[in-house]
Amino acid sequence: MIEFQLDETSGVATYLQLVQQVHQALRMGMLEPGDQLPTAQQVVAKLVINPNTVHKAYRELEREGLARARPGLGTFITRSPSGTDPATQARFLAAMTEWLRSARSAGLGPDDIEAIYRTAFRTCFSEGAA
Amino acid sequence: MTAAIETIGLGKQYRRTWALRGCTLAIPEGRVVGLVGPNGAGKTTLLGLAAGMLAPTCGTISVLGEPPAAGPAQLGRVGYVAQDTPAYARMRVADHLRLGAWLNPGWDGELAGRRVAQIGLDPKQRAGSLSGGQRAQLALTLALAKRPELLLLDEPVASLDPLARREFLRGLMEAVAEHNTSVVLSSHLVTDLERVCDYLIVLVASQVRIAGEVGELLASHRRLSGPRRDPGTLPAGQAVVEESHTDKQSTLLVRTDEPVLDPAWTVTPVGMEELVLAYMNPANDIPARRPRLGVAS
Repeated sequence: MIEFQLDETSGVATYLQLVQQVHQALRMGMLEPGDQLPTAQQVVAKLVINPNTVHKAYRELEREGLARARPGLGTFITRSPSGTDPATQARFLAAMTEWLRSARSAGLGPDDIEAIYRTAFRTCFSEGAA
Repeated sequence: MTAAIETIGLGKQYRRTWALRGCTLAIPEGRVVGLVGPNGAGKTTLLGLAAGMLAPTCGTISVLGEPPAAGPAQLGRVGYVAQDTPAYARMRVADHLRLGAWLNPGWDGELAGRRVAQIGLDPKQRAGSLSGGQRAQLALTLALAKRPELLLLDEPVASLDPLARREFLRGLMEAVAEHNTSVVLSSHLVTDLERVCDYLIVLVASQVRIAGEVGELLASHRRLSGPRRDPGTLPAGQAVVEESHTDKQSTLLVRTDEPVLDPAWTVTPVGMEELVLAYMNPANDIPARRPRLGVAS
């Protein structure tokens, strides 16, 4: 069974932190279909958070089709998230690394690069959202 | 949906001073509600009125759909822990539990005994010699063993050290998880509230400055910083809560339900503490919003 942590400085909503930790554990193979998630009582006792937050996180996992609540028994993992295939990820990682190297040799520092990345990221993801 | 607490034009006057005046609000049921505000905002008076310890001077208040302390049944539905978690100094822990059992028809002796053991209280110890943390835990135990539908807590952890505070809140959250108790908790300790509350009310001078589900509040507020700009030129959906300007730069805290797309802004999320401070600050001229009941999601 996984044990949740809470990062109070992350600015990420608590329920989302729980959801992300389940995603992460699934990707790392620490959780598999059939595994039980901690009960709300257990999470509340460990992290001292509102039980509704735990219910909200588990509802989100159910909505994503990753977990299912079995009344009286608990919430169980039903399947792994369908991530992008590893080859595609590797291809973009290589391209990104290459781009960063060329930016660096052009004299850009980490802060310059981050500013460019953020602007580009926002431009890209706001297209179609507006 | 029944409100845990609903007030209309509620006021309480002591001689010439109004401790609470013209307070209209609706606090939803089934939540852990954090009540924050500066000293003198009326939080303690509001909770005292809800518990039936005080009688209103004007206006109306209903608690779980009934007038506060309307009768024995209504008294049993509401638990109240006053500021500084009082106990009878000369009485032993066990006597407190006996008194609780005698006074409360719905008393859950099993829960009381289990909690006392869990906290590590000695039943023979007199309440006067308990530490602040232990006394707070005893007061919480007495309130929980009534098995109330609604629990009102007035700054219960203010004087406790961080560990005692965490243990107190753990006990509270476990009870909420087990019995689905509605809670209204006043506190200045915003980081605690951020952990345990799912609904927040900022009360300033008897008025609700903002109220809502914590997740929604955090998601709908953004800090924007960028080149100097007149806030009047912002899109209609962005309401300015707080602003500060230098000759070249503007920093705004805005409330908006839509993503901020203007590339001129650096957009950062807003934490609960920042949010609370912005709404508590009397310099910020925030248009009053009508409080509404949260919808269970």
